[in-house]
Amino acid sequence: MRQLVILGAGTAGTMMANHLHKSIDLHEWQITIVDQYPKHYYQPGFLFIPFGLYSEKDVVKSKREFIPHGVEYLESAIDRIDPRTNSVMLASGTTLNYDILIIATGAKTAPEQTEGLTGSDWRKRIFDFYTFEGATALHAALENWNGGRLVVHITELPIKCPVAPLEFSFLADWWLAERGLRDKTELVYVTPLSSAFTKPICADVMGHTLTDKRINTVTDFNIARVDNDQHQIISWDGREVPYDLLVTIPTNMGDAMIERSGIGDELNFVPTDKHTLQSKVKDNIFVIGDATDVPASKAGSVAHFESEVLTKNILHYMHGEPLTEDFDGHANCYIESGFNKAFLIDFNYELEPMPGTFPLPGIGPFSLLKESYVNHLGKLAFRWIYWNGLLKARPIPGISHTMSRTGKRIPPTVPTDVASEA
Amino acid sequence: MAVLQINGSSIDVNDEGYMTNHAQWNPDVAAELAKGLGVTLTPAHWRVLNFIDKDFGEKGVVPGIRRMNKVGGIPTKELYDLFPEGPIKKAAKISGYPKPASCV
Ligand SMILES: Cc1cc2nc3c(=O)[nH]c(=O)nc-3n(C[C@H](O)[C@H](O)[C@H](O)COP(=O)(O)OP(=O)(O)OC[C@H]3O[C@@H](n4cnc5c(N)ncnc54)[C@H](O)[C@@H]3O)c2cc1C
Repeated sequence: MRQLVILGAGTAGTMMANHLHKSIDLHEWQITIVDQYPKHYYQPGFLFIPFGLYSEKDVVKSKREFIPHGVEYLESAIDRIDPRTNSVMLASGTTLNYDILIIATGAKTAPEQTEGLTGSDWRKRIFDFYTFEGATALHAALENWNGGRLVVHITELPIKCPVAPLEFSFLADWWLAERGLRDKTELVYVTPLSSAFTKPICADVMGHTLTDKRINTVTDFNIARVDNDQHQIISWDGREVPYDLLVTIPTNMGDAMIERSGIGDELNFVPTDKHTLQSKVKDNIFVIGDATDVPASKAGSVAHFESEVLTKNILHYMHGEPLTEDFDGHANCYIESGFNKAFLIDFNYELEPMPGTFPLPGIGPFSLLKESYVNHLGKLAFRWIYWNGLLKARPIPGISHTMSRTGKRIPPTVPTDVASEA
Repeated sequence: MAVLQINGSSIDVNDEGYMTNHAQWNPDVAAELAKGLGVTLTPAHWRVLNFIDKDFGEKGVVPGIRRMNKVGGIPTKELYDLFPEGPIKKAAKISGYPKPASCV
């Protein structure tokens, strides 16, 4: 039997287990998937937990539930990969040999990377919502909120779901208004970017939305440290932003296992061909989802589109053929904006988010780069689609892994290669 | 788009003053671009510029602060001392590369 090993049974690894189980010859190939934890979290749901809109039951299921019979599931921490010997050492002491390896170990927050972030204010006045524990603790803090300075802060890029901090800010504005606390709260959005988002046209729309919602924006803020005594964050160029409550997105990094294996970049992301998803480490190693260094958004929707491409390329690789399937960087993200509305953006490596309708030109039902109630319903429906469609590798009707240009109003002056990070 | 005249040569730059044709870059051009930003180039500045040049050659993008620290061995504090306010943007401009999308 030849061995195909998948590292990580999160969003991307689970999708790949399902895709490959359906499409490869299981008499010839044994598929093994490894993860350290039993629980699968629906991470996009973490956004709603601080506001009491979702609770634990809405975001957790068992990982095993989504791994098809016939795929071997191992629960263990992964210690390291040895590309020279085509093997993976597990913390349990087991060594797995592979013919093909798929790395899907994702990204996680690393608050210890910022001086003072995990100091005396951590989980008292400073919270994150990128982890289940952080989102739950933040919910308790918001329940006790009576007003003051609420600061939403991004440490550095890239981060998972780059629009989530904007969504949090918009939802906070709505939630505070509902509670009669909006006029008692100063909302501040602090970003290392020069504008509200990475891509110019969308940044403009988001910038206006922040202004309309009376959310003050501090740009080009590169945090040096947190002063827990004075309750302020301080940038390298000496600016100080005081907070009563700081909701921060800590540095996001790939797993330390990548560093131990000596195959990552400065953030433990694995150098990966952005079109074929083959690693630059070795031919028989492929990478998918948040673990890659490709300049696409770190999002579940991206992992979904990548999984369709990667499945085809793995089949090509198994048959000794060229890896012809091409990932174009397609991302599709709802941006919840409060008051039962949301934006939707659809973009790829070449084309930044544009206004229009999606998926049907002129019909929608979703509107691109514009707020609507229907988009909000789409955002809420995403949870059902995630558990029932995406993880099980079922295609979404009408939405291809290649981004469609029809339905988008693309001005003639837009450069076709913005080649920027998302 | 605009054209700068530096030591008798024409240098193409975009609206924000970033060079659009790296072939036109040389150390004299760098010195002039630096002057425009209020920076006088010293060996410490050149260590940063050389790292950007080498890394851009390998990766095709201007390295961010963390990469400067970890791979280039240049501490953030030093970057801010050498290129006050926006070190990556300034250093990218002086080294003749495009403005980084998501860096300070
Ligand atoms: C707050 C928030 C909101 C989001 N909102 C959206 C959204 O609206 N839309 C969207 O599309 N995406 C959203 N995302 C992003 C989305 O959740 C991720 O992009 C997606 O989960 C990435 O999948 P992945 O498989 O690469 O990583 P993960 O799903 O994180 O899986 C990685 C897995 O690898 C395992 N692992 C890692 N290291 C080891 C090791 N050493 N040993 C054993 N196991 C290991 C982990 O336990 C984990 O199960 C959001 C994320 C967050 C945090």
